[in-house]
Amino acid sequence: MSFSRFFRTLSLALKSVMLHKLRSGLTMLGIVFGVFSVIAMLAIGEGASSQAQKQVLELGATNIIVRSVKPPDETSSSGQSGQSFVLRYGLTRKDLKVISETIPPILGVVPVRELTQEVRNKQYTLNARVVGSTPEYREMNHLKLAQGRFLTDKDLDEMANVAVLAHETAQVLFPFENPIGRPVQIGNRAYRVVGVTQDRTASAAIGGSLSGQDYNKDVYMPLPTLQSRLNTGDLFIRRTQGSFSAVSVVFDQITLKVGDTDETTDDQNLVIPTAEVVRETIRNLHGEGTNDFSVVVPLELLRQADQIRKIFNIVLGSIAAISLIVGGIGIMNIMLATVTERTREIGIRRALGARRRDIIQQFLTETIVLSGTGGLIGILMGLLTPTAFVGIQWFVDAYVMDRSTGTSDIGRLFSGMEPQIAVWSLPLAFGVSVAIGVIFGTYPARAAARLDPIEALRHE
Amino acid sequence: MPVVARLVDLKKFYDLGAVVVKALRGVSLDIPEGDFIAIMGSSGSGKSTLLNLLGALDRPTEGQYILNGRDTSQMTDNELSIVRNTDIGFIFQSFNLITQYTVLENIEVPLLYRPGYPPITARDRNRCIDVANQVGLGDRLDHRPFQLSGGQQQRVAIARALINDPAIIMADEPTGNLDSKTEEEIIQILTDLNNEGRTIIVVTHEPGVAKKTKRQIYMKDGLVAGEGVFPG
Ligand SMILES: Nc1ncnc2c1ncn2[C@@H]1O[C@H](COP(=O)(O)OP(=O)(O)O)[C@@H](O)[C@H]1O
Ligand SMILES: [Mg+2]
Repeated sequence: MSFSRFFRTLSLALKSVMLHKLRSGLTMLGIVFGVFSVIAMLAIGEGASSQAQKQVLELGATNIIVRSVKPPDETSSSGQSGQSFVLRYGLTRKDLKVISETIPPILGVVPVRELTQEVRNKQYTLNARVVGSTPEYREMNHLKLAQGRFLTDKDLDEMANVAVLAHETAQVLFPFENPIGRPVQIGNRAYRVVGVTQDRTASAAIGGSLSGQDYNKDVYMPLPTLQSRLNTGDLFIRRTQGSFSAVSVVFDQITLKVGDTDETTDDQNLVIPTAEVVRETIRNLHGEGTNDFSVVVPLELLRQADQIRKIFNIVLGSIAAISLIVGGIGIMNIMLATVTERTREIGIRRALGARRRDIIQQFLTETIVLSGTGGLIGILMGLLTPTAFVGIQWFVDAYVMDRSTGTSDIGRLFSGMEPQIAVWSLPLAFGVSVAIGVIFGTYPARAAARLDPIEALRHE
Repeated sequence: MPVVARLVDLKKFYDLGAVVVKALRGVSLDIPEGDFIAIMGSSGSGKSTLLNLLGALDRPTEGQYILNGRDTSQMTDNELSIVRNTDIGFIFQSFNLITQYTVLENIEVPLLYRPGYPPITARDRNRCIDVANQVGLGDRLDHRPFQLSGGQQQRVAIARALINDPAIIMADEPTGNLDSKTEEEIIQILTDLNNEGRTIIVVTHEPGVAKKTKRQIYMKDGLVAGEGVFPG
């Protein structure tokens, strides 16, 4: 078909479609919503996936995170009867030693002990998360320094009384002066500030398995320093709701970096088997039946998130497909009515020399113009999804947010979602809507072409 | 004069299951180039059936219809379409314009279906305008059919029939829906076209119309019952 003829057929179809604007518009709706939902759904799925990916990268795709967990029932504490007020649980030095020495694909181990403590500089105070760890903590959590330095091996060896402040901690405690070299008061001791980290956006929780972390209100110090100074011999006494309770935790978390020196193998393949070995090892050390630790594999979370996304896509994809099919049937219905309504016109065209295939082309093009335009409108609406989400978030923030807690379930639901248009979905959606036009337009077009010219001319 | 169309024992039967309607029972006719024929006869005598066959809108049940030397009874649907497009201009009693199109667009319709689908050029457009002028519609090009009188609509139909420069123009009771003054104008246009050398066949009930033609054919029960030559 020559270009001029194609153009002619197309403009003929456009003219017919424009002749009944309301009818054409209503006819397109099914396709519009079908295409819109395909694009929006893929955008949301894509957004969720890249969000999950980002979070997992933050946690480290080749990391295994082992955390101490307070057992649900008191009887499982390993304290002896005489000192049952001490709740002893979680990861021990022995765990750390065994894991790092006996499981081969583990390249690095970063133990962490964290406490919530009041930190003060003169009249400025802040309830900070005090983290005791090793120099590797910085790299593991992608912290960047604004000034000074991070913890060093020397700090650990010397059990130095030094601290690194997170961005916000430094701002609150030292609003008017440079904190480097100055002391901060934690508990009853002073620690010298050696560094300040850069501002860092909080990482949201994924899959509910790891709580989100706000790295901005942290204070970092050498693990031995924290354990010996703030944590009297692993035993930490704190006052909760008027009564004293004692818990004994050595490490809150140990992050293991998995990998081997072989460049050809993908380190990610090692992560899940290694995590299994780690789980077994600690279970053996703690004794059967104890559940005072948990093993979190970010990679596994990513895979779970991917799995959920796939199911989500299939469900929404089916809904979209049904919507498209219903839209197609709607178009077919209208086109059949149009053929009946325009029988006379078909007769006239046939009498003036139109061949059967000219009639087929005319009605098929008209159907494709309807479905294709519907597809384009749906694509345009789909492209607005991310913007619409910003609007929804704004609305939720402004009106639905629970002001007392600063959060709301709806707010949380939407804050984790940042739809990203999947570029490939645009031509796909357009192609599908054109295909719908072809599929559902062929029958009415053939019905139109089958009409006998004389019969058609006689039609009122 | 060479023969444009020749009918040889042409028959058309409509098989309605219970009965077979013999609309044409054997019509033989030679139509020389430049002829102006009126087909007359009572209602149901087979005039329209004959004209539809002549117009390649239908195929005969039996017999031959040779148009420009080719037998249409053996043609495919596509070939018949091409014959309708290039060799024949058809004018209907009820005008049969496309209602959503303007005068100019209606005149253009046969150009859309020319064999090989050549693009519609500026020359084609000018020809449409010339033809419209010829039938006296020069100032109505952008009007739509509902804005025109019956006579004007029939002029559009005539212009449309002329646009592909056909050998024969056929009109099935072209003035049946028009008043007598308009009828005269339309017949005048047809007469002028005949004077230019075009072959014209017109089905009519009106003696006043038949009087203007060169030759009258009287139909009765699917057969040619008689023929007269006017004036003469
Ligand atoms: N499509 C058809 N099916 C059955 N019978 C038909 C059909 N077309 C015409 N006829 C019959 O053929 C005969 C001739 O009809 P027609 O050619 O329309 O007559 P006229 O135009 O002279 O009034 C009539 O009896 C009519 O009923
Ligand atoms: Mg008739």
